[in-house]
Amino acid sequence: MNQNTSIEMNPTPVDLGKPGVKERLSRFPWWFVALILIAIATIYAIITQQNYSDAFNFIRIGLKITIQTTLYAFVFALFLGLITGLGRISKNVFFRNLATLYVEFIRGVPMLVLIFFIALVAVPAVVGSMNSLGHWIESMGWSWLAAPFLALENKAIDMNVRAIVALSVTYGAFLAEIFRAGIQSVSKGQMEAARSQGMSYAQAMIYIILPQAIRNVLPALGNDFVAMLKDSSLVSVLAVRDITQVARLYAGRSFRYEEAYTTLAILYLSMTIVLSLVVKYIERRVRQDER
Amino acid sequence: MSANPMIEVKNVYKVFGKVVALNGVSLNVFPGKVVVIVGPSGSGKSTLLRCMNHMEVESQGEVWVDGDLLNGDQKRLNRIRSEIGMVFQSFNLYPHLSVLENVTLAQRIVRKTNKVTAKEVAMQQLEKVGIAEKANAYPGQLSGGQQQRVAIARALAMKPKIMLFDEPTSALDPEMIKEVLDVMLLLVREGITMVVVTHEMGFARAAADEVVFMDFGQIVEHGTPGEVFDHPQHPRTQQFLSQILAH
Repeated sequence: MNQNTSIEMNPTPVDLGKPGVKERLSRFPWWFVALILIAIATIYAIITQQNYSDAFNFIRIGLKITIQTTLYAFVFALFLGLITGLGRISKNVFFRNLATLYVEFIRGVPMLVLIFFIALVAVPAVVGSMNSLGHWIESMGWSWLAAPFLALENKAIDMNVRAIVALSVTYGAFLAEIFRAGIQSVSKGQMEAARSQGMSYAQAMIYIILPQAIRNVLPALGNDFVAMLKDSSLVSVLAVRDITQVARLYAGRSFRYEEAYTTLAILYLSMTIVLSLVVKYIERRVRQDER
Repeated sequence: MSANPMIEVKNVYKVFGKVVALNGVSLNVFPGKVVVIVGPSGSGKSTLLRCMNHMEVESQGEVWVDGDLLNGDQKRLNRIRSEIGMVFQSFNLYPHLSVLENVTLAQRIVRKTNKVTAKEVAMQQLEKVGIAEKANAYPGQLSGGQQQRVAIARALAMKPKIMLFDEPTSALDPEMIKEVLDVMLLLVREGITMVVVTHEMGFARAAADEVVFMDFGQIVEHGTPGEVFDHPQHPRTQQFLSQILAH
């Protein structure tokens, strides 16, 4: 008690200058340097050691599929997420419940299980119902219209396509929650002002609410893109030849587990570090632009 | 008063959950008139104003605007709303659009006005509220008073039949209230039909053709500024005015 008053009565001048050397050293992101060093060490190993360069050259082939799967799936997930997010806040009981059912279903099932389920159960089921619809249309006498429905064949659908569908549907639910939160982060007065000028709900959404909402959630979307890149490794269970699958193949064939999985881990790490930096940059830009 | 009312509120009730915000209100606003609604907070003033363009839908009763009954027909409601300018307490400018875009957007997408005309109209209105030089600024770069003047220009650009003001100066710093009231007085002189909810008694006295005093969701007193402010009949009006004049 006594001590406290004496401190208050004799305040030491506050130094508002630059932080000292000690302070700066403790703030420095050492972890990041360590990460870069690990990456460099691995790249060095890949260049200098035959075992590592063999592993890398084999696994590298899967990069195209990994990147392709992630990009396609993310674009579809954005689309699905936006529609579902709008459904979640819709006043229409049917759309709101449909959207919520979808989101809660996806959130309640492990992603690995979802990938099996969507690729091997949901896709065939959709194809099957399309075929039945085609048969029905044909029986009505419009065979020209039925043709595209009947042409769909479950067996003909590539595993790569199923993998993209599975990832899109899964991430669509996650992104829906991001979009919903973004829309709800825009103040209610914005919708009121737009509607008071005679804009329809759709016009107000497109011109007023969504531009602000999307800017607010840009960093969150970026983070989910990084997460999706990592989760794309799960599609290897469908025998899609992404980097995880080819690494497994390489390890199984050569018994060089260390080389295969170290290279694999570093490959993912390099991609996610670069993407995280991009996300940080976007985040800073958004905060600067905030008016 | 031979003309038909511009706005006709007929025996309107509004209930929020268990709270009765409007308890049987009827009010006619005639063309060219300025009606100022005053009363303690929670008396239903803003709710009444917001019923006039169906930002709030009445629980019972009818609202007519220039001969059109407001009902569930959204297309018609959008058309009617586009002819009613509304100014909010918190400005509600579109922060991602420039001042000029704020004023042209509704003209472009609701009225389908072409770009050149919309810009011309917008600049005229910005000129009128004295802020044309900020046309390319963004709302976040403006003071509260400037933002509210842009909001008024945004409403005027739709060439409204009537302007609704919902406590337009309540969110402003004291030194900015005057610049907004001055613009509103300018509109009064132009003869625009206006309904204003405000706590600015000076404005009410100077500008109003009619003053409406509300309390507990009802219109307690309705008359000229002289009648309501100088010779209030109802004890609740007298009490309210004495509280306001006390400081």
